Amino acid sequence: MGLIYTEEQKELLAMVREMAEIEIKPYVQEADEKGECPRELFKWGFDMGLHMLEIPEEYGGTGLSYETTAMIFEELAKVDAGYAITFVTTFVALRNVILAGTKEQGQYFADKIAPGGFAGFALTEPNSGSDPAAMRATAVLDGDEYILNGTKTFITNGALADVFVGFFKTDPAGGHRGISAFIVDADAPGVTVGAHENKMGLRLSNTTDLIFENVRVKASAMVGPEGSGFKLALNALNLSRAFVATMAVGIMQRALDEAVKYAKERKQFNTPIIKFQMVQQMLADMAIKIEASRCLVNNTMRLMDQGNLVQKEGSICKTFVSDCAQEVTSNAVQIFGGYGYSKEYPVEKLMRDCKVFQIFEGTNQIQRMTIAGVLEREYK
Amino acid sequence: MNIVVCIKQVPDTTEIKIDPVKNTLIRTGVPSIMNPFDKNALETGLQLKDQYGGKVTVISMGPPQAKAVLREALSMGADDAWLITDRAFGGSDTYATSYILSQAIGKLGPFDVILGGKQAIDGDTGQTAPSIAEHLDAVRLTYILDLQVDGDKVIARRQVEEGIEVIETVLPVLCTATKESNKPRYGTVKRKIASLKAEIPEITLADLVGADQSKMGLKGSPTKVKATFTPQRTASGVNIEGNNPGEMAGSLISKLADAKIL
Repeated sequence: MGLIYTEEQKELLAMVREMAEIEIKPYVQEADEKGECPRELFKWGFDMGLHMLEIPEEYGGTGLSYETTAMIFEELAKVDAGYAITFVTTFVALRNVILAGTKEQGQYFADKIAPGGFAGFALTEPNSGSDPAAMRATAVLDGDEYILNGTKTFITNGALADVFVGFFKTDPAGGHRGISAFIVDADAPGVTVGAHENKMGLRLSNTTDLIFENVRVKASAMVGPEGSGFKLALNALNLSRAFVATMAVGIMQRALDEAVKYAKERKQFNTPIIKFQMVQQMLADMAIKIEASRCLVNNTMRLMDQGNLVQKEGSICKTFVSDCAQEVTSNAVQIFGGYGYSKEYPVEKLMRDCKVFQIFEGTNQIQRMTIAGVLEREYK
Repeated sequence: MNIVVCIKQVPDTTEIKIDPVKNTLIRTGVPSIMNPFDKNALETGLQLKDQYGGKVTVISMGPPQAKAVLREALSMGADDAWLITDRAFGGSDTYATSYILSQAIGKLGPFDVILGGKQAIDGDTGQTAPSIAEHLDAVRLTYILDLQVDGDKVIARRQVEEGIEVIETVLPVLCTATKESNKPRYGTVKRKIASLKAEIPEITLADLVGADQSKMGLKGSPTKVKATFTPQRTASGVNIEGNNPGEMAGSLISKLADAKIL
């Protein structure tokens, strides 16, 4: 593997790998079939402190670097990306609070997560995906409180989260500048978990609608200044794209691990199929794409660790890696032949799991628009 | 409650390779791990601490590399760790090792509970931990499943061949743990990072004031190894199949009778 790991990173990865292989892996197939993850499986992650990785030490977290956190999530994603994303999503929400929140908000968020909690990020609506300015959810000031109304959709951890960072229009006529961010407790009166999404992949990950009906939050729950929510969400998502990519690297690595193992065992014409050049080419191309992806993720993480907001780099990373993942997992199925198409073997799931990586956290089409937009500015 | 756990670093394999000339274990190329039964002992100690409060100390005798298993113990939740190391301790057999460990425990203690694995997967003697109890004149409880402590009183459940033995005694006790005792916890990310930065203090011969050096090391070891070898597997086992336990038992009895064992 292309990266140079520190002793600490190696030790952490070995520990996480052992736990995931022994405690999580045996239950993944059944959970994927059912489309739900038993809560007791998350206990292992909580016991290890995976929910605190990115929370700063000043709030009682581990304060790990983005670089090391990403390595840990790649490791988890090898076993199941849906399991990994359940923890990752807490930090997607957290990054908004870190970027724009007050110390009190940071501590509040950390205290919600510390006992074994998850967070969610509530931005998307049925008619507002790539175009957040079209959102309809509203926040209306009433004394020292805001009243929240609206429906959010495709909310990762919708039914699991203890706290959300949600986005609402404080000025319905204000377009992008009319959006504000709020910290909302999941148990606040008026917050209802809607329908659970029956997804193609990442089926261990909980994805639901989220309905806000006259939910009252203190004005102090607003994250950043009024009207800054759109910019905040974009900045937080920029920092989250490489985390999506690190999980895709994990999925790809698993696909390669399984494919090489199978290609060495499977014999046709009395020859292990790994000896056939066309199989060799597929395996080599898989390895090339994984290696390049992992290095790209690592570099993006290191840029982020230095305080860079990675608007272009995050988009490049997410787009390249998730595009690679389609080919890599598809070819893993190809190498397994008919067995690859069967649910008896693990590779068809990897192909299903990785498709969404081209879609969520901004579609790869939107990413390319972002990249081109930055290029246009850079070459002025 | 003051708890000490004795742990050993062992090669991660049950297929031990032996140096045919020196009759010692070949350790190069074999990854080292914490002896699995010692991990159970550590878990027992950590559970006692969770339940009754107190402190868990881990000790290991060995070369400086053995600090790796002490760090692992810290990552799981041990409070402090000591390496017992000195050239004078090299070549110790189970008697000498248990003597040195008991001296170190005496220096670090007093302890209410001393724990160890039922045996190490490399030497497989199962003698060291129980011998510590003899040196320290502590109550010895091998193969324990769990312990309940009430003041000075201890109730232990022991896994014995015939079933489970329940024993009531008083502190201090030395207990050995087995695989059945518990499922050892994993480390945490935070503790793992701290454990890698932790200074592991050493206890050397000079620290064991008043100890009898003639009971240590190769010279202090009454055991003389005549030969060490990997036994040849001469015959494989036989699977007895049948429709019900009675039929299978009958088949077993006739096989044993044929072999003139019964």
